[in-house]
Amino acid sequence: MIRCIRHTAAFSFLLLVAVLVNAARVQIFETEHYGTSPANRRTSIARYEQPRGALLVAGRPVTGSRDSGGRLRYERSYTDGPLYAPVTGYSSQIYGTSLLESAEDGVLSGADDRLATFPWWDRLTGTHRPGGRVHTTINPRMQRAAFDGLGDKKGAVAAIEPRTGRVLALVSTPSYDPGELSGNGTAVGAAWRRLNGAERRPMLNRALGETYPPGSTFKVVTAAAALESGKVTDIDAPTDSPDPYPLPGTATRLGNAAKGCADAPLKDAFRASCNTVFARLGAEVGLRDMAGTARKFGFNDRGLRIPSPVAPSNFDTRMDPSQVALSAIGQYDTAATPLQMAMVSAVVANGGRLAPPYLVDKVTDARGVLIEDGPHLPARQAIGPVTAQQLQDMMVDVVEHGSGRRAAVKGATVGGKTGTAQHGVHNEGLPYAWFISWARAKDSYEPAVAVAVVVEDAAAERADISGGGNAAPIAQAVMAAALG
Amino acid sequence: MARAAAARPLDTPPPLPLLPKRRGIELALLVGAVLISVCGYVVVGLTRWHALPGGAVRYGAGLGALALLAHLAVRFRAPYADPLLLPTAVLLNGIGLVLIFRLDLDTPGNHAAPTQLVWSTVGFLLFIGVVVLLDDHRTLQRYAARCAGLALLLMAAPILFPAVNGAKIWIRLAGFSIQPGEFAKVLITVFFAAYLAANRGVLARTGRSMGRLRLPAGRVLGPVVAIWLVSVAVLVLERDLGTSLLFFGLFVVLLYVATGRTGWIAVGLLLAGIGAAAVGTLEPHVHSRVEDWQHPFAGIAAGQGPGQLAQSLFAFAAGGMFGTGLGQGHSYLIGFAMKSDFILATFGEELGLAGLTALFLLYALLVARGYRAALGLRDPFGSLLAVGLAALPALQVFVIAGGVMGLIPLTGMAMPFLAQGGSSVVTNWIIVALLLRISNRARTPRAAAGGPGSGGRAGAEAGSAGAGTGGTASGPPPHAADHRPVDEAVGEAVGEAVNEAARDGRSRARGLAGQDTFFGAGSWVVGFLKPTASPSRSRPPSAPPPASAPPPAPADEASSPEAGR
Repeated sequence: MIRCIRHTAAFSFLLLVAVLVNAARVQIFETEHYGTSPANRRTSIARYEQPRGALLVAGRPVTGSRDSGGRLRYERSYTDGPLYAPVTGYSSQIYGTSLLESAEDGVLSGADDRLATFPWWDRLTGTHRPGGRVHTTINPRMQRAAFDGLGDKKGAVAAIEPRTGRVLALVSTPSYDPGELSGNGTAVGAAWRRLNGAERRPMLNRALGETYPPGSTFKVVTAAAALESGKVTDIDAPTDSPDPYPLPGTATRLGNAAKGCADAPLKDAFRASCNTVFARLGAEVGLRDMAGTARKFGFNDRGLRIPSPVAPSNFDTRMDPSQVALSAIGQYDTAATPLQMAMVSAVVANGGRLAPPYLVDKVTDARGVLIEDGPHLPARQAIGPVTAQQLQDMMVDVVEHGSGRRAAVKGATVGGKTGTAQHGVHNEGLPYAWFISWARAKDSYEPAVAVAVVVEDAAAERADISGGGNAAPIAQAVMAAALG
Repeated sequence: MARAAAARPLDTPPPLPLLPKRRGIELALLVGAVLISVCGYVVVGLTRWHALPGGAVRYGAGLGALALLAHLAVRFRAPYADPLLLPTAVLLNGIGLVLIFRLDLDTPGNHAAPTQLVWSTVGFLLFIGVVVLLDDHRTLQRYAARCAGLALLLMAAPILFPAVNGAKIWIRLAGFSIQPGEFAKVLITVFFAAYLAANRGVLARTGRSMGRLRLPAGRVLGPVVAIWLVSVAVLVLERDLGTSLLFFGLFVVLLYVATGRTGWIAVGLLLAGIGAAAVGTLEPHVHSRVEDWQHPFAGIAAGQGPGQLAQSLFAFAAGGMFGTGLGQGHSYLIGFAMKSDFILATFGEELGLAGLTALFLLYALLVARGYRAALGLRDPFGSLLAVGLAALPALQVFVIAGGVMGLIPLTGMAMPFLAQGGSSVVTNWIIVALLLRISNRARTPRAAAGGPGSGGRAGAEAGSAGAGTGGTASGPPPHAADHRPVDEAVGEAVGEAVNEAARDGRSRARGLAGQDTFFGAGSWVVGFLKPTASPSRSRPPSAPPPASAPPPAPADEASSPEAGR
């Protein structure tokens, strides 16, 4: 009997070993697998157990956290939701995160290892670190000026500091309050469906996520390509341009809205926005150099992050000469985000150097200890300084004597370019009004700001929807705010 | 007993230390168990409110008072009882109360801890009652038939009551719900042990040979199989599969221990396989459990969210190595039955693999001390009863822990002492009380039963020395004989030890006895990890028995095929 009792004991011991081995399997080897299962609510519970780190504009938080008292405890709140929505994005307990909330999620939620002195110790003890703080580069006065300037029009504004690439304003209207999406109740689902189904698409971030045909504002790029390639050496010398201009290889004849475009010098053609001159120049420069110049300005860059993702602006790389000619005046398949056009303006203002734009100034932990300085990406020479100087002269001419007079800022040198872009099949859609500009104080060599404004199909007379009429005043307000 | 030796002649060597009853150690361990439980309570309070929980003092005092009462009962009524059984049970019960208290915080509308506290108190009182009133476990042998009848009655009773959550295992009376199947476990064990003890000779010797297997004869097995079939049928009707699995395991284990026939294991496994296959395919309730076990995350893929087992696995996985800390887990996501069947998930999540290992070792300790008592007894009924009572929690822990961790299909069953459920706690306390009674008998030195004498004392001393160094000195653990003569193994062990003591002087024996005080707790592992270390098991007794020991081995033992015990 003793032998049998021992066997029974050994069998019990085996059971113990089996249970322990299985416990080790579940608790050690499957931890990762089970813990990351989307059905495991622990991830969300832990994530919302503490207040989310703040996003700051000019040192003041524009986001907060609200204790819901529920199982997912803290919900995101926004002090000025619609104004900063294109900057912050939303942080929803149901629908995830977007824009900066998404790009800086690790820091804001406290998961980022840089927030800890000893990450492995925190992992071991399961310590929750308080979320870090993300300081943005946004200038609140410019943001407000752009937002108020757009009013209830559909459109977007992007403003950057040309020398550094700091994004100073990022506005998209109509906007929405991301705070509506924070929680996890039925109201959140209803708000999500309402916002996504709305005809005016308030959740679309037009400044970063939408591309528009840039129209005449793209002539800055075409002019740069013409000057860089040597097709034009003197901006005051007449060009050999017919009016109307027959598109190469086709019977289509391209006309002008303006008068006096035949053989006009580049500077005059730029001021009057002569389609014929720039279409011919584009075709003459050729696809390779046009595309190359566009790329240097930032077109066709699929990887741009500020760190919110930016939709790539497009300049086709396979076209026949007539399509190149149309693309050179910002039509055909050419499309750009407002941020991209602000970068074009910034390159001109910054002596031809492109500083990659960025939105995060610095990241600190909850106590303010710096853990990441803004991205110091090197500026690169997009066009030569001489070309940039010539373009500056032409853009200043537009504001002083051309269609951009309403962008003039007292006491500042302002350069600009208007644009009115056709869109839709057979161009039946209401046109987009564009204005891109830069400004520097009269007593300074350093440009203060580069702005791009786009206003979508305002229901107005077609002649009235022009960059000079609708978009320039908004740009003027933003630049005034930057200088003032 | 050994105190009687105080009247020794002046010229004898220095006296042996008195045989340790180890009640002091039991008391110390009890204090530790109560303190650990109170610590758990305090930690939960600190975690949730950053303040001491209001009831901590009351809880500690209550648990301490009950433990003290139980200790006093043991001290006066079962002084030689195993000192580890009671503290282990108190600690497990204390941990269970802390866990339920902690889970109550996440279910504001449903507080289970106060009820559980009441039931635990009832359990303690029943424990004391059994220890005080039951003088000798052999008394139970006389009531075996009545036990069987009562067990069947208890198991059948819930059929008359409405099903709760798909299982008809409850009796609801005046606001109390009782699970009679829990009590039936003990009664059935008593019956099995008594019946097998009476018939083991017949069971072992009759029957046909099939190769190396010797199949038992059906005739002698009739009553046992009948009882077992009825109990399993009742349980399947009530859809309480955990308990029927438990009965089945218990049945096979006891048959094997009683007869020493490996054939029983084969028969048992065969029956289990057929039964499992049949029930698993025919019974939809069970079938879904098996499906759940094979695909715990099927619900997620189907878009219905994680099922209970998936939530349980998530909870264990969230615990990792060291756990989230008491009060900081999210095991409430399991929902239904989180305080009963799934309580282990809370433990695993909040105390991690480290805590879980410690918990399983506590259970292992309890079970091992049960087996140890079985080894120390001379009467087959006692041994079988002890094995059965120890195997019950062992199987139960395996079935439910394996179930909630995805090792085997989940069957509803209470984690002994931990889970919410009054019947279960009460039953477990009765089991511990019986084991304690049996261990008292097993450890009572022969000298206490017989007259005082230096030989008897030395024998008992050496016997416990053997326990302390079980792996090295001698295989069989100490069992001083009770009323019966020392059997072969013990006789030899004692004889050897006595001879050795005579050679080396008594200081050595004393040293070993001292060691036992410290290492007694761990010796069982060594003991059964090295079962072959005993030189005495396979050969007939040859060493001279101690002077006062009567000649070994009564006839029925010697003639049994397993006489080499």
